[in-house]
Amino acid sequence: MGEYVVELKNVTKRFPGVVALHNMQLAVKPGEIHGLIGENGAGKSTLIKVLTGVHMADEGEIYVHGEKKVFRNPNESAAAGIACVYQELNIEKLLSVTDNIFINKWTRKGFLLDYESMHRKAAEVMQSLGQDIDPRKPAGTFGMGVQQMIEIAKAVLIDAKMIIMDEPTSSLGEKEVKQLMATCRELKARGVGILFVSHKLEELFELCDRVTVIRDGEYIETRDIQDWTNDSLIASMVGRTLDNLFPKEFGTKGECMLKVENLSIGGVLRNVSFEAYGGQVLGLSGLVGAGRTETVRAIFGADPIDGGKICIKGQEVRIKSPKQAIEAGIALLTEDRKGQGLVLAQTIRTNLILSSFKRHSTGIFLDEKKIEESGQGHIQSLRIKTPSIDEIVGQLSGGNQQKVVIGKWINNDADIYIFDEPTRGIDVGAKVEVYNVMNSLVKAGKCVIMISSEMPEILGMSDRVVIMRGGRVMAEVDRDSKHFNQEDIMKAAWGGSLDD
Amino acid sequence: MTKKKSGAGVQLGTVLALVVMCVFLAIADKNFYSYSNIMSIFKQTAFNAFLAVGMLLCLITAGIDLSVGANAIFCACLMGALKNAGLTNGIVLMLIAILAGGLMGLINGTLLTRLHLPHPFVSTLGMKNVLWGLALVVTGNQMINNFPDSVTFLGYRTVGGSSPNNGFPVSFIVVMILYIVMHVFLTRTALGRSIYCAGGNIEATRLSGINTANVLTFCYTMSGITAALGGIVSVGRSGICNGSMATYAYDTDAIAACIIGGASFTGGKGTMAGTMVGCLIIAVLRNGFALLSIDSSVQNIVLGLVIILAVFMDVVRAGLEAKNRRMAAAAKQEAEEKVKVAK
Repeated sequence: MGEYVVELKNVTKRFPGVVALHNMQLAVKPGEIHGLIGENGAGKSTLIKVLTGVHMADEGEIYVHGEKKVFRNPNESAAAGIACVYQELNIEKLLSVTDNIFINKWTRKGFLLDYESMHRKAAEVMQSLGQDIDPRKPAGTFGMGVQQMIEIAKAVLIDAKMIIMDEPTSSLGEKEVKQLMATCRELKARGVGILFVSHKLEELFELCDRVTVIRDGEYIETRDIQDWTNDSLIASMVGRTLDNLFPKEFGTKGECMLKVENLSIGGVLRNVSFEAYGGQVLGLSGLVGAGRTETVRAIFGADPIDGGKICIKGQEVRIKSPKQAIEAGIALLTEDRKGQGLVLAQTIRTNLILSSFKRHSTGIFLDEKKIEESGQGHIQSLRIKTPSIDEIVGQLSGGNQQKVVIGKWINNDADIYIFDEPTRGIDVGAKVEVYNVMNSLVKAGKCVIMISSEMPEILGMSDRVVIMRGGRVMAEVDRDSKHFNQEDIMKAAWGGSLDD
Repeated sequence: MTKKKSGAGVQLGTVLALVVMCVFLAIADKNFYSYSNIMSIFKQTAFNAFLAVGMLLCLITAGIDLSVGANAIFCACLMGALKNAGLTNGIVLMLIAILAGGLMGLINGTLLTRLHLPHPFVSTLGMKNVLWGLALVVTGNQMINNFPDSVTFLGYRTVGGSSPNNGFPVSFIVVMILYIVMHVFLTRTALGRSIYCAGGNIEATRLSGINTANVLTFCYTMSGITAALGGIVSVGRSGICNGSMATYAYDTDAIAACIIGGASFTGGKGTMAGTMVGCLIIAVLRNGFALLSIDSSVQNIVLGLVIILAVFMDVVRAGLEAKNRRMAAAAKQEAEEKVKVAK
């Protein structure tokens, strides 16, 4: 038996075009709560997936109790004693708690399922996790905290040696978080190793024995919790040098194009207020789940709001649908290009005019000549690589698809362009072309709002940055402010305050 | 439109299947190519062709309208009831039928888009039963005949023949006009294009500022209107209306025509020309079986198999296209890597 319950040595995982993990190290002791943190895209998810057998490592070794293991699929990882409680729980809400716990591990009596003993066992396990509940009830009748305990009960039932908890507190209330922490300590006392992935520094300090920081797919360092401070953790997470990949050009700051006041959606957004100006790029920064996408979708009328005021060029507007938003001069390039931006089975020609049918019609008929002309114009100016304007969009590369979405919105001649993660999943060359589009928009006096989870992009392209966390605006930083740097923006995104 | 389609958007294979069937039947039975038989095929096609228009619109939006057959019969029965009540003006009767059919379609659309019922499969299936019942209620469970000529001419009358009923059927002329108008509508207007886009990706279409709820409601309303037209034609062809016919499998014939013609249950696909070929294939098949005096139960078996075959061909074709794309992408990547190595 080795010293560690699970140990990763020099694990590398490549995906086409990216190295997601490079020489990754991780060592979790039995009876240890081990924190794992990193920025968005640092490789946490990939690391979890390698541990749970969803992805197979290209290089490197995984040891469980000192024994070398290869996980070809999730079953092999589970058999080795690694369990994971994902952020999105895998609970069948209509089935009973017992059914959820015993799924695929049913106890049988002859040909039939032995519910009596399963219910008894389920009640016992749940009780040992501090949940005195009736396991016959559907899992959906219980709150998120109990549902999470059901997932943990599954792990306990297979006698897991290590339990990975991926952002376990993100959907829990204060009391439930306390309960979860107590359970973690209880599991620790039983000798189970816990890998605790969290965005919340205070939880790491309260719970963990050691914390490992990863960044850009690489292992940075592991320290005992008393050797970390808030600042040293953040510095360790962001400590990269900025390459100047960003061809930032400046426009002249114009009038206030968009003013958002106290925008609220129950449980999602809390009094979000900010302003965005013509001739500027406003960066919206924050961790995944900070409420940035929800904010822009609410502004765009894609989701209903519970309260708040939106003014465009000083005039209050009430936007209830994307149609009204477009008429008010807003364009939204969504984060999910394939699911919300494009009709993949249709041609470039059709996708380019999807939001501007009227502009491309004469009378009731579509003006194919006009469509062809403007389409060819976009293909050239945006450098969309395609054999023809009648190519099916689903067959283009990610970067070219994104350019089609951009072309679609340029056709609308909006005043406010909202780009939600505009460069996600596209190659470097295409990224620069997207930045150039933003440059030309601000130079034309348009207002650009960019959501990005990549700190270098936020710093490289924004004139001003609004930082969000937990559905709130935490801070606003101008490009010439002393806080306009990775550490301070990251600090605000992780819940710290910026002094003046 | 993909490359293997001719200008109007029909899969060549589908046209070929129709041609092969016609050649086979011409050899098997010399009556097949007689003038009167061809005309009767057109006459038989018309009813299904009307229902298939609305069905196609709904299928393109990734939905379905299972109430088209019952709606057609209900509209026919409504005309019959009003005629019995003393309303004899054919134009007024037909207008009321079209309005009623449209209203039923509007209800289907509203159930889907405003009351947010999950899938039109369920709501239109419910409407099918409602309409069946209504058809029986308005007719008092009686078969009604003796419709005025001004109503029956659409399904009965022909032009260019030696007598009023051995020329080219008026119903099929109306079908052809409707198909041409709908073809232009679907391919050349903003609303037509919106229907395909809503079927391909409803969320992306909505976020592009198109009121997708209205687009969908329009499709189901149109489906109701074309069903009513089918109902009017059915009165002309048979001279009667009968509420119990509302349960016949007219909906499946309409679905089959669309699917054979290239539409897909996943939405975003389908053309008027393809649907016309689909309608003709079904009519020729039924006609051929009648000529060869093959039992009608066998007809149903073969028709069922033809539908399955058509969908299967579509799946195979999609699979092959995806494979070709992968191969092309791999070849391209390899070539790029070679260039890199050479550098």
